[in-house]
Amino acid sequence: MDIPYVAQPRQDTGLYNAKVGIWLFLASEVMLFGALFSSYIILRVGAAPGSWVHGLLNIPIGTFNTAVLITSSVTVVLSWSALKAGNFAKYRVLQAITILCALGFLGIKSFEYREKFLHYEVWKTDGTRLLGHIDYNGTHPLFWKTETLAQQKLDSIKFVPDPYHYTMTAKEMAHARKGGHGKEHEPVTIKTSEITRLSSFVPAHSTYFGIYFTLTALHALHVLGGAIVIAFIWGPGAKLWKTDPDRYINRVEVSGLFWHFVDLVWIFLFPVLYLL
Amino acid sequence: MSDHSHEISKHVRIYFIVGIALLIGTVLTVAMNSVHFDSMAVTIAIALFIACVKGFLVAGYFMHLMSEKKMIYSILGATAFFFAGMMYLTIFARDDTPLGTLHTGSGEAFHPAEKSAAH
Repeated sequence: MDIPYVAQPRQDTGLYNAKVGIWLFLASEVMLFGALFSSYIILRVGAAPGSWVHGLLNIPIGTFNTAVLITSSVTVVLSWSALKAGNFAKYRVLQAITILCALGFLGIKSFEYREKFLHYEVWKTDGTRLLGHIDYNGTHPLFWKTETLAQQKLDSIKFVPDPYHYTMTAKEMAHARKGGHGKEHEPVTIKTSEITRLSSFVPAHSTYFGIYFTLTALHALHVLGGAIVIAFIWGPGAKLWKTDPDRYINRVEVSGLFWHFVDLVWIFLFPVLYLL
Repeated sequence: MSDHSHEISKHVRIYFIVGIALLIGTVLTVAMNSVHFDSMAVTIAIALFIACVKGFLVAGYFMHLMSEKKMIYSILGATAFFFAGMMYLTIFARDDTPLGTLHTGSGEAFHPAEKSAAH
């Protein structure tokens, strides 16, 4: 027996099965991201004065990535319109752009993550705290922590400090960046015995990076999942267009709704994590 | 041109306009952030206002919530209710952060009770 309403809508609700299903799923997603946003608010308002990390993310790259995701949302909805008009070739081109945008978004996000993993904070015994990069034989190492200094048996490290610190206000940080023309200071040598803590910008660095990586990695997983579904419908799943076009259009619509939701989440994540 | 294709091309025009509005909104968010208002509350209010407008455009036009079926609105109404409840609990508990969940950077856990002592 065929399952009813897989392609045609029910008369009473005007909806086909998958559409009800995706909206129920999106409702659960709202609660998932809502809970994490709620955690963010609690952590932020409870943070000690001057301890909340801010101003360390790359805003131009984040802005570009936002534009990439918005573009993909436009191509998704246009591809659905193209299918509704019966133009399969146009749909194919537009969804190919969507998939490229998704890969572009993930590639840029990976680059941003890497930048964070080789950026450090040093806490010194005299109470001074420095941000910057470690220069280890001309390379910038990733993921070093306090224990790494002992493991590598280092007496000192060469550190290239930034001209700013997140304990400054946003205005002071912007001024310090301009003053240093965006460049780093000259390298300084810090004795290992003077270091109480060393951490790259990983989740363990601070509460901010903990919630930053949780939110953005979960979002990136959604981008990856959405891209895989869209790519499947675009590629091997496209056979359905010939046998049951109405159902195929429904699949494109449902995957598109998920994609727009992913875009919607990023619209809130971007200002909250990058700008505020 | 048939009514159906005319309707589709009308929607396509709207999608383009919404897409451009979203891009402008993104640039505006970044531009407003570089102004550096003295009040953090103003900065947050502006950023969230623009984000809400952008969210409305995506949900309303790309997700077609401007003209959706009643059942979808019912599902979203229930979601909004529980979401609002969760946010109420967040505000309710804002000064009751669990011990050990905040780090000042020194590697030691920070408790909000210490905040008043820090001032």
